[in-house]
Amino acid sequence: MEVLGVGITMIALFVGFGLLIGILFGFFGMGGSFLVTPALLVMGYPSRVAVGSGLAFVFGTSVIATIKHRNLGQVDYKLGVSMIIGTTLGIEVGKEIVLHLEELGLAGGIISVTYVLLLGGIGAFVTYEALKGDGGGGMDHDVDEDAEIDADDIPDIAKRIQSYRVPPMLTLRGGVQVSLWMVLAVAFVTGLLSGFLGVGGGFIRMPALFYLIGVPVPIAVGTDLFEIVFSGGIGSFLYAQSGGVDLSIVVPLLAGSALGAQLGSAATSIVDEEGIKVYFGLMLLGGAVAVAFRQVGESFGIPVLNTVSFVLIIGAALLVSGAVVYSSLAAIRREDAGQAGMGAD
Amino acid sequence: VFGIETLSGNAQAAALIGIVLVEAIVLHVGYSGLTRIAAPWFRRFVEA
Repeated sequence: MEVLGVGITMIALFVGFGLLIGILFGFFGMGGSFLVTPALLVMGYPSRVAVGSGLAFVFGTSVIATIKHRNLGQVDYKLGVSMIIGTTLGIEVGKEIVLHLEELGLAGGIISVTYVLLLGGIGAFVTYEALKGDGGGGMDHDVDEDAEIDADDIPDIAKRIQSYRVPPMLTLRGGVQVSLWMVLAVAFVTGLLSGFLGVGGGFIRMPALFYLIGVPVPIAVGTDLFEIVFSGGIGSFLYAQSGGVDLSIVVPLLAGSALGAQLGSAATSIVDEEGIKVYFGLMLLGGAVAVAFRQVGESFGIPVLNTVSFVLIIGAALLVSGAVVYSSLAAIRREDAGQAGMGAD
Repeated sequence: VFGIETLSGNAQAAALIGIVLVEAIVLHVGYSGLTRIAAPWFRRFVEA
């Protein structure tokens, strides 16, 4: 039986994978979509389709996240629109690089190597921070809307960038003033990564807004989400023009991830994120190893490494989302047992 | 799929993105409602 031109087994696989990714995105606020493009590459989809469909998935996911956050008042529209301009240019350049590399037959290899370095680097950082136990390494989308950073808390790099007063200057929410050119430069680089890797770029843009521009964290989070809607939408439109968006991938993935995101965000209220973050870091490292295995397998003609790679990606996502669900169920039961105990007293 | 193959270049790309956008909104509304309805029942089920 076929739906959208693909077998029901593949549809079920995509819905299931989307569910796992949605749980991760809903719980950790980052990283879920980071596994989609590598998984599609491992499954043998052409680079253009893997990246384009990954971007379309990011677009759909960020629409849902933005709707959830729309009433929190955390979006700086002036900053967001400026970022969109820089990001669009970056995505276009990133897409052209992918198409050019595809013509040369190098796209899969170079995208995979970049993924290995990025996933591995971020995975190592998150694992290190989780083991250190100071709560860093994540991207919390559920922040207090009234929270503002103290002027003393603005990172030194951001203070230096704010000191370059090349007109026109932008006045952002919270009174921060920064040159438009600096905003465009940060947006261009994150857009380049979006277009090249098929990711929303939020895992880089949100820290960049805080550390490089000095935007208060709550505003950085809201503006980042707003911006991902556009970068994901524009990116997937550009790829769709050249046949890079496959609805038979995106529709079931999104169907699963939207449900997973509901479960994941509900879990944040009952499970301590810190206890699970180390698994999240290890999952990213597992993803990096999986992409590396696939590349080695292709380069040296060892097909079994492709299978190992696929199992690693699915297994890593399954392990961490399973840990979230298991911890949630255990917390509900503990809470219930505690209430029963108090009742007995 | 959905008859959009008949559209040309930009129109087809716009239709694809439109489908993803509509799906995201419908899923958000549907799952939010489902979660509200099913959450109490699910909690009782886990606690049982």
